[in-house]
Amino acid sequence: MDIKDIIQEKNIVYKRTDHLTDKALSFCPGCGHGTVHRLLMEVVEEMNIQSKTIGIAPVGCSVLAYEFMNVDMIQAAHGRAPALATGIKRLNPDKYVFTYQGDGDLAAIGTAETIHASNRGEKITIIFINNGIYGMTGGQMAPTTLIGMKASTCPYGRDAERMGNPLKITELVAQLPGTYFVTRQAVHTPNHVRKAKKAIRFAMENQNNGLCFVEIVSNCPSGWKMTPNQSNTWMAENMFPFYPLGDIKVPEKKVV
Amino acid sequence: MAKVKGAIVVNIEKCKGCEVCIPACLQDVIGLTKEVNGKGYHYTFMDKPDACTGCMNCAIVCPDGVITVYRVKE
Repeated sequence: MDIKDIIQEKNIVYKRTDHLTDKALSFCPGCGHGTVHRLLMEVVEEMNIQSKTIGIAPVGCSVLAYEFMNVDMIQAAHGRAPALATGIKRLNPDKYVFTYQGDGDLAAIGTAETIHASNRGEKITIIFINNGIYGMTGGQMAPTTLIGMKASTCPYGRDAERMGNPLKITELVAQLPGTYFVTRQAVHTPNHVRKAKKAIRFAMENQNNGLCFVEIVSNCPSGWKMTPNQSNTWMAENMFPFYPLGDIKVPEKKVV
Repeated sequence: MAKVKGAIVVNIEKCKGCEVCIPACLQDVIGLTKEVNGKGYHYTFMDKPDACTGCMNCAIVCPDGVITVYRVKE
């Protein structure tokens, strides 16, 4: 069979969702952010809730989400997305509200908002991209930077005595009674992408039962100064032992 | 057994040549071109089109969503 016979409209099995805008993603080549953007919009498309979804993106690499996601978006002050989401969801209880935050935003400047929103059990979904570094501002050390990992503000590697220990905010949030579903996923291989999509879908569907928190361990090729595939391998070898993948808090009824 | 054949089409101008799709392809179909696109990135293409099964692994792992997958059963 000729290739021209295969490439026909009726044979399409996968294409980029229309819920992403036509604009080319501004992320660095190989960055996991793009994959998560697409998964989130695929979930919105599958649930058919485009007109009922409100996204909140605070500061960081995630800030440009409003350019690419074809849903209503609001930009929050640095770290304050859960606070803004609280207000939006309380005023519009029938809407689906999600925040899309990075680790410098959610685990550093926005720790208070994250923990209190989780503790109050706000009915929102938090998507948390953990790449262990401040990507947008030039690769500074973040709270989630691993011990010994190099960043521009710790060029000899993070030292626990001087700079403290990495923060497992997802485990912290899972202890709080307000959270309904807490999970940690990755998007560097096809299998992980499929699992991450299921987790995001579950988190969006069940946000009215309590706060759903999805952490995505991602790479940052530019910040880590590696090629995308090297950074994915490095992430699998170094990040996953400290940030193990899997569901951390599952509701009793959930059938996996 | 019905044979499944696939093909991919890459949105050349949006591809950033990150190569994440290359190890994701179990059939080693995908390669990187020597030419560059408008932004100066080498982009991916079907190096061995006969081997493609249309499994979608490349497309779902692509950070920029530039790959469209086609599949037919022969």
